[in-house]
Amino acid sequence: MTLHREIRLNGERLLADPSGALVWPERRLLAVADLHFEKGTAFAERGRLLPPYDTAATLRALSDAMERHRPDTVICLGDSFHDQGAGERLDPGDGQVLATLTQGRDWIWVAGNHDPLPPEAWGGRVESEVALGALTFRHEAENAALVAGEVSGHFHPKAAVRLRARRLTARCFVTDGRRLILPAFGAYTGGLDVLDPAIAGLFRKGFAIHLLGAGGVWRFPKKALSPFAG
Amino acid sequence: MSALPAPFTGWFADKGWRPHDHQLALVAAAETGRSALLVAPTGGGKTLAGFLPSLVQLAAQPAEGLHTLYISPLKALTVDIHRNLTTPIDEMGLQITCETRTGDTPDSKRKRQRRAPPNLLLTTPESLALLLSYHDAPQVFGKLTTVVVDELHALAGTKRGDLLALGLARLQSLAPACRRVGLSATVKDPDELIAWLSPTGRAADAPVALVTGGQGAEPEIEILTTRERLPWSGHMAVHALSEVYQRIRATKTALVFVNTRAQAEIVFRELWHLNEDKLPIALHHGSLAAEQRRKVEAAMARGDLRAVVATSSLDLGVDWAAVDLVIQVGAPKGVSRLVQRIGRANHRLEEPSRALLVPANRFEVLECQAALDGVAAGTLDGDPPNPGGLDVLAQHILGTACAGPFQADQLFAEITRAAPYADLGRRDFDDVLGFVRDGGYALKSYARYRRLLRGRDGLYRLAGPTHARRYRMNVGTIVESPTIKLKLRRGRFLGEVEEYFVQALVPGDSFIFAGEILVFEGLRETWAEVSRARSASEPKVPAYQGGRLPLSTHLAERVREMLETPGHWRALPGAVRDWLAQQRWRSVLPPADGLLVETFPRGQKEFLVAYCFAGRNAHQTLGMLLTKRMERFGLGPLGFVATDYVLATWSLSPVEDVAALFDEDMLGDDLEEWMADSSMLRRTFRNVAVIAGLIERRYPGQEKSGRQVTFNADLIYDVLRKHEPGHVLLRATRADAAGGLTDIGRLAELLGRVQGKIRHRALSKVSPLAVPVLLEIGREQVYGTALEELLDESAQALIAEATEEDLEQAELPL
Repeated sequence: MTLHREIRLNGERLLADPSGALVWPERRLLAVADLHFEKGTAFAERGRLLPPYDTAATLRALSDAMERHRPDTVICLGDSFHDQGAGERLDPGDGQVLATLTQGRDWIWVAGNHDPLPPEAWGGRVESEVALGALTFRHEAENAALVAGEVSGHFHPKAAVRLRARRLTARCFVTDGRRLILPAFGAYTGGLDVLDPAIAGLFRKGFAIHLLGAGGVWRFPKKALSPFAG
Repeated sequence: MSALPAPFTGWFADKGWRPHDHQLALVAAAETGRSALLVAPTGGGKTLAGFLPSLVQLAAQPAEGLHTLYISPLKALTVDIHRNLTTPIDEMGLQITCETRTGDTPDSKRKRQRRAPPNLLLTTPESLALLLSYHDAPQVFGKLTTVVVDELHALAGTKRGDLLALGLARLQSLAPACRRVGLSATVKDPDELIAWLSPTGRAADAPVALVTGGQGAEPEIEILTTRERLPWSGHMAVHALSEVYQRIRATKTALVFVNTRAQAEIVFRELWHLNEDKLPIALHHGSLAAEQRRKVEAAMARGDLRAVVATSSLDLGVDWAAVDLVIQVGAPKGVSRLVQRIGRANHRLEEPSRALLVPANRFEVLECQAALDGVAAGTLDGDPPNPGGLDVLAQHILGTACAGPFQADQLFAEITRAAPYADLGRRDFDDVLGFVRDGGYALKSYARYRRLLRGRDGLYRLAGPTHARRYRMNVGTIVESPTIKLKLRRGRFLGEVEEYFVQALVPGDSFIFAGEILVFEGLRETWAEVSRARSASEPKVPAYQGGRLPLSTHLAERVREMLETPGHWRALPGAVRDWLAQQRWRSVLPPADGLLVETFPRGQKEFLVAYCFAGRNAHQTLGMLLTKRMERFGLGPLGFVATDYVLATWSLSPVEDVAALFDEDMLGDDLEEWMADSSMLRRTFRNVAVIAGLIERRYPGQEKSGRQVTFNADLIYDVLRKHEPGHVLLRATRADAAGGLTDIGRLAELLGRVQGKIRHRALSKVSPLAVPVLLEIGREQVYGTALEELLDESAQALIAEATEEDLEQAELPL
């Protein structure tokens, strides 16, 4: 189990939590990507009345992960809020939960393309990126050949693994030991196949994934993956 | 009985025909303004009977505007009927306009049809729903006198039928004097269809005349007694296909029905191998390109073909005079279905239809014999219809709002005049209305995103025109599972297969499609590229969802009775009689009333075989629940396999207290727990969410978003289940699954019936009747939580591939 959860990145030892959160034990740090708070209401504004509980569900999963790892630092890797109006639409009750989570620790909102200016009403500070020791945390991976220790989100990676006659598709971490892309954490976030050039192109020398199963995290090499159709 | 007016008597005489009694009976019903249900076999001039009263009226009093609406479940049928109708209209020189309106009708024509509708409009349930959603619906339908619903037996009891019933209730408010005419094949309980047709929604005192058409000659049905060895299991009947081919050679035109697309592909390919005479034999199923299917249908209509291998894609449709033999390969699954399929042969009433049943294995021999007995006795299947779907109701309410403001009480009253909703509770109605209005969520309000606004006058109005646009894009109840097109490299499109099938292929894999062996080359933007295989290696076969209808309750009863009564075995082939006799000797025969459960060791495992005869879907659910409970009893369950007849489980320790295992209380918490996570519920929820208008269906050219829909539905399901398990859409999902994929209704009936009547036989080895189900082991897929274990296994490569019992027929312990 530990074998599958452990991620070595630029010499640092990290853990993939089954929720999709990344843990850096040595620094007591927890990172999550693409929370997309209030995606539900964004759809509702356009007439698709999805159940309005996505923010609550995301907060619940985040608070559970924090309960497990008790981090001193939490980094949200951008697209934490689905759009510019998300902060205003956020339910006061959910807002209170969020404010409690940010309290008593260093909470960093990395700016994303959906939320270039994340609201600070519930605590935390905004950064465009964060460098800590051997690692750099940013929203979107830089398209440069020489990157070392980059942790990012943005792409919502998903992968499909073939198991006998069936396939299992789930969110996943993607890494080549030099850069790491986190799965999207939000309850209503869809996914992009890791074999899509947008993701695979960032890993010229191949990659491995850490797939989020219901009961744990499983590591697979790229060659074990099957492409989505369509 | 009234006589026909002059132009009609003359026309019949010119043709050398005489109007059927039931045709005149429908004219008489129309004269008194009554609705009517015509139940008649094919070949009785049913469709003409439906239209005759309208033609007579319009001939006597030509009028402007829409007089009669004809609704068919098949778009293609409206075109055929249009042709068949314009012939007598032209020949009699009647001033009657007649047009079709379907998804294929050009936009300009559709607009004109709303402005100046024809006298007779031929359409589908979906197109009617669309017409009703426009502001001008009262003008379009105001003068309507008659609605004719064709193939009513195929619509009632389905979601399309629910939508149509709601549409008819709406029509009744727009044109109160309008009468309804239903045309149906023979059904078990005409009262259900009478209720469906009644403007009151109930059978009691319904103003609906029941007219029965000529019964026609008794069909001649034969069960093929193969000269080959009768297989123990499998559904392809490959052993018998050379005998089938000989029958095709000796026949003018044969319709070869199978149950699944995979069977269609195999049977077609094998027949083609045997086809030394180069007979024109064609293939027809729902995955083939539409253009290809139309070609086959046209060739059939011209009488150019000697045989067509078809799935239910040809169960309905315009009559083909040339067909003189129907061959059913594989189990018939139901008596009514068999009767309808047989009815596709020979459309002259006075001559018998001929049919040949080709069982693929021993259990199917029993099933074929039971079905044949059922046809002879004139007993049909028919479970009481499920109540109308709440998802369909949501769609209808939004459609109603698109047409104009409505008042909730009046709408509720109108809806309960549709038979599927006659018993709808006000709470369910209010919840659905709440869902349409603002999502209907209890914990948080979407008040500012309402789709419906309630004015001071108490009327509900649509909040904006975008909602109407979206409604019209998503109208209908048919939700296809995601498919992907197949395209030959540098060639044409061949058809479509379900996406999940393609996902399981790697480049280089081969499979059969449209009778050819194709090699999967890879995925392109929106299609799967394939090439023709150079060598005839063993292909993988397309395995499609949904092709497998479960065995009907009525037919299962007949099989159980036959098993229990050796006196009834005389009609069975020797191999099957021997098999049953051996079973009687080694174990016992399953009782008609009660449940036989056998346990025996085999290999290192302990098997349990239960002869439930409740159909595959119910057995699947039972298998999930039993293995869960065996887990709790510490028996170490390893797996299960379900067929239409039998459920088998295997475990590390033997089951001793069988009665405790089959206790009814498994339908409580265990069921809830399993249901919640089951992929069947997820799939059902997706359909419900699309029909109810929560998420949108996909359209050709939007392949990406199609996958997005699948994905989003799962996310929504998870969130909704956790935060509002009582939401009306989850209630609709559970109701659907209970009657469909999980068949809990039938499982509950079974468990209730057998309590205290379970016969447990602890055997030292496998019994003869248990052999077929053991042979299915390993052919089955893995379900549910087992997937997670597979993940473990696959990822760590620690556990070797579970060694399945590899039973060779030669070493069967008999």
